[in-house]
Amino acid sequence: MLRLKPFRYLRPAGAEEAAAIVAEFDGEAMLVAGGTDLVPKLKRRQMEPSILVGISHLEELRSLRSTPEGGMEIGAAITLAEVTRNKDLEMHWPGYVQAASLVSSPPLRNLGTIGGNLMVDTRCNYYDMTYEWRQAAGFCLKKDGDACRVAPARPHCWAVSSSDTAPVAIALDATAVLAGPEGRREVPVESLYQDDGIHYTTKQPYEVVTSLHFPPRAGWRSSYVKLRRRGSIDFPIGGAAVALVIEGGRIIDSRIVLSGVASHPVVAVEAASYLVGHSLDPELVAEVADHAAKPVKPLDNADLAYTWRKRMVKWLVTQAVLEAGK
Amino acid sequence: MRVVGKPLAKVDARAKVTGSTLYADDLIFSDTLFCKLLRSPHPYARIKHMDLNAAKAVEGVVAVITGNDLPVKYGILPISQDEHALESEKVRYVGDPVAAVAAFDEETAALAAEKIRVEYEVLDPVTSIEEALSEPTDEPIHDYGGPANIHKMAALSFGDLEAGFAEADHIREDVFFYGGNTHLPMEQHSAIATYVNGKLTLWSSTQTPHYVHRTISKVLDLPMQAIRVVATPHGGGFGGKTDPFSHELAVCKLAMVTGKPVKCTLTREEVFYAHRGRHPVLMWVRTGMKSNGRITAMHFKTALDGGAYGSYGVATMFYTGALQTTTYDIPAYRFEGARVFTNKAPCGPKRGHGTPQPRFALELHLDKMAEDLGLDPVEVRRRNYVSPNTTTVNWLRITSCGLEEITDQVLQASSYVNRQRAVGHGMGFAVASYLCGAGLPIYWNKLPHSECLIKLDRGGVTVYCGATDIGQGSDTVIATLVAEELGLWPSDIRLVTGDTGFAPVDLGSYSSRVTFMAGNAALDAARKLRNLLAEVAAESMGCLPGEIVTGDGKFGTLSFEETTQLAQERFGAISTVGSYRPPDLAGPYKGSGVGPSPAYSYSAAVVDIDVDPETGIIKVNKVWLAHDIGRSINPVSVRGQVEGGVYMGLGEALMEEQAYRKAMPKQPSMLDYKSLTSVDMPEVETILVETDDPEGPYGAKEVGQGPLLPVVPAVVSAVHDALGVWIDQVPVTPDKIMKALDAKAKGQAPRFGPKSFPDIAYPQYVKVDTPHVATQAI
Repeated sequence: MLRLKPFRYLRPAGAEEAAAIVAEFDGEAMLVAGGTDLVPKLKRRQMEPSILVGISHLEELRSLRSTPEGGMEIGAAITLAEVTRNKDLEMHWPGYVQAASLVSSPPLRNLGTIGGNLMVDTRCNYYDMTYEWRQAAGFCLKKDGDACRVAPARPHCWAVSSSDTAPVAIALDATAVLAGPEGRREVPVESLYQDDGIHYTTKQPYEVVTSLHFPPRAGWRSSYVKLRRRGSIDFPIGGAAVALVIEGGRIIDSRIVLSGVASHPVVAVEAASYLVGHSLDPELVAEVADHAAKPVKPLDNADLAYTWRKRMVKWLVTQAVLEAGK
Repeated sequence: MRVVGKPLAKVDARAKVTGSTLYADDLIFSDTLFCKLLRSPHPYARIKHMDLNAAKAVEGVVAVITGNDLPVKYGILPISQDEHALESEKVRYVGDPVAAVAAFDEETAALAAEKIRVEYEVLDPVTSIEEALSEPTDEPIHDYGGPANIHKMAALSFGDLEAGFAEADHIREDVFFYGGNTHLPMEQHSAIATYVNGKLTLWSSTQTPHYVHRTISKVLDLPMQAIRVVATPHGGGFGGKTDPFSHELAVCKLAMVTGKPVKCTLTREEVFYAHRGRHPVLMWVRTGMKSNGRITAMHFKTALDGGAYGSYGVATMFYTGALQTTTYDIPAYRFEGARVFTNKAPCGPKRGHGTPQPRFALELHLDKMAEDLGLDPVEVRRRNYVSPNTTTVNWLRITSCGLEEITDQVLQASSYVNRQRAVGHGMGFAVASYLCGAGLPIYWNKLPHSECLIKLDRGGVTVYCGATDIGQGSDTVIATLVAEELGLWPSDIRLVTGDTGFAPVDLGSYSSRVTFMAGNAALDAARKLRNLLAEVAAESMGCLPGEIVTGDGKFGTLSFEETTQLAQERFGAISTVGSYRPPDLAGPYKGSGVGPSPAYSYSAAVVDIDVDPETGIIKVNKVWLAHDIGRSINPVSVRGQVEGGVYMGLGEALMEEQAYRKAMPKQPSMLDYKSLTSVDMPEVETILVETDDPEGPYGAKEVGQGPLLPVVPAVVSAVHDALGVWIDQVPVTPDKIMKALDAKAKGQAPRFGPKSFPDIAYPQYVKVDTPHVATQAI
């Protein structure tokens, strides 16, 4: 079987200490919570840290509570399975619960954390392979190589953002608290991502996501529709998160965020704005979906034909808008 | 019958469900060394130089071997001896092994393997059937076969084809492509060898311990009696563990070199390279039909992408033409087949061996012909069904045949005829047939195909048989048959199986042969034992042996133990033997060795699906599968095999594909190679039809492979029923459906699939006389 390389495992007493260790052993240490994304990648030598800093045992990362103003604070080490069982989340942030319930399989949701899913590595089928395979096929830009195997024309990594929960968190204006050695900062989830398959996050490698905050969303409806080959296990090869406020039959606010189509969750600001002021008319929805889908350019680095995945974006958005509007 | 036909627990069920079964990878001896193979990163290259020094210098490394240490060629078929355990001159696919390291632990072995320096001269790989047919830019992949990279061709013609087509009211040609796929057993291949006192023992997750035994003897130049091969309990085979493999030969050699036990378990990725999976096959079929649906002639051409080595490929090629006639009475039939070498992982036998591909093409082709003629596709099939006790135009002997019964029952259960018609909803129907064991052995001989020995003493009944339980339940079948004869329960029987050192020869778990052949051998031995016991019991009771009733552990009024004691007092040590060799069934022509079987099973499937015209995504609602099993030795076990076959058939129809980017395997992992998860698996309604085969043990036939076959075309037929498009290429992925719908919308042919069949210079066909047996009227 594929074996893990030896590593040191450290168990810090708090988030700041965790961050300080990772900062000190810059490039050598990595954070780990559920490990569902990291451990297979260690075996495939996509990441080769000599130190792993565990954070899932930290008490403060394990809280899940309503805030006084009616929002929700979820510790980063809360598992995806715990999210799917939470009645408050189900009631007010259904799209987020839906997304969490669609991640991978039950055993992995029991281990995988919400912080881990937000920060999940970008994926590419030239990259998510064993060392031996990558050596045979030619190493890629993201690890050990100097050229992108998907689009070799320029030195840019096109690995795909594969978080199911990030698009919904963005659509619902969630913020994340990051702990560094020097203190904490709270940032919109949207600002955590950038258009680069390698450096896909703006978070510093040492910063620990301690919690996710959902502002109160009374009156908001939300949904997430995921595209994948099978009914379980698979990462998204497309996804649409939608949040809507409908009053008196008219949409007064709306968000559309796509997953699995670029190196970051794609916020379709303009397309979403076309819904505002209108009722949920199927023709309008189709037009909006078309608009959201148009700029998306999937590449041949994920499951199924990329031409078909491109075509499915419109369908995903349509389904997600209709689902949210139900 | 007291135990045959009863839904009893499998004899190994408790250990399997409690996790106490010892698989090959669970075996470990003190001082065991761990072996890692170094594999080629190139699809096609010459080995210029190898430097082992750095690897040998790694602390903990005990031995490093290369092709120079294992120079003897082998291969499962006598006519394709084209493999080396480790290649020393040329590598032919990504993953071809070139060296093996034995070290104190697996990490060290892997580290050392990485330190072996191999200098390659990279050659231009052959990546497709079309490329293999034309002259290669570099030398051909092998130094036999040809022209170009053709491995083997055949052309056979039965009956008067021209006259048949001349008689037809309608003639149609179609082209199909069946994508290759792999077995995906849960258990990776694993082997551990010891060499003690000049005797070699190999424990391996193999389906064919006897053939591995022979190969070790040849490659390591050891006499047969110095080798023992034990097939360990399996976590799935499906044909993927029927060849002798590099890792098996490497651990044997390393055990001899080091004097220590040596073990090798493949990684999941390596299992994809070991492959021997379903051949991709391009097919062309032309059929003549009367306006009433009766077939007058059929011409079938195939081209198989064999990958880098021979494996079972010549047999596979013949199988793509052999069993068309075991479901339909075809008065004139011509088959032309070609297998080519490419620089991809070697293909071999997978559940259905060479017959799912032509079955897919044939069933859909008949659907299309029925549509052309405005006939009901089920009626067209019925009009051509073979009858029991007939001989096909290619000399295959049909005995028991439940085609009509399985058709009636599957249609009735599924309400196929009165199905709900709506865009996006469809049902498909197809039938198929499969062997109950190959009629001829892999290497020519007139020996038994299966042998069995039963020992009886104060310790009870022990059955020794080389048959290998790969999860299909052959141990349970043998125990049940013996228990039935002796009036015991299957759980009373001790079994020693799959062990060439202790049990007499059985050829292995392939071609759905074990129930039929090992079953008959066990029955032969058990009946002899029963007669001995009945004799002494009758004497003691003062009646005739024929009057002795057995069951519930009794022989007449005596207990089984009392009867045993009487028998031993009379005869001393007691054992009986039995064997089975199928009747001579091959027709009078070269190539007739593939296809004959002492019996054929029959399966009919109806598949109910929803397919979304906006996405092409298919949801399978239900599958009905009626199977002519002859007789169920254990109905629960039979249903398990049916469900497993349906599962695998759906996977092949919908998503499974061993895909490559040029010659680089695209997805050698269980996440990326897609097979159905439990939530994708629909309800299966199994209908068992018992036709009581005259030669099967208690009338039994096979179930391990046949039920997969009709599922694939039935899925595609259902897609046509739902959307009016033909997907002539599997797997039927949603993008293919959307492309076919696009073509339909543009007024083009409403299909997706290959456009043409290459011009292959098949040899002049061999004209074979038709057997002197009346066929049905045309």
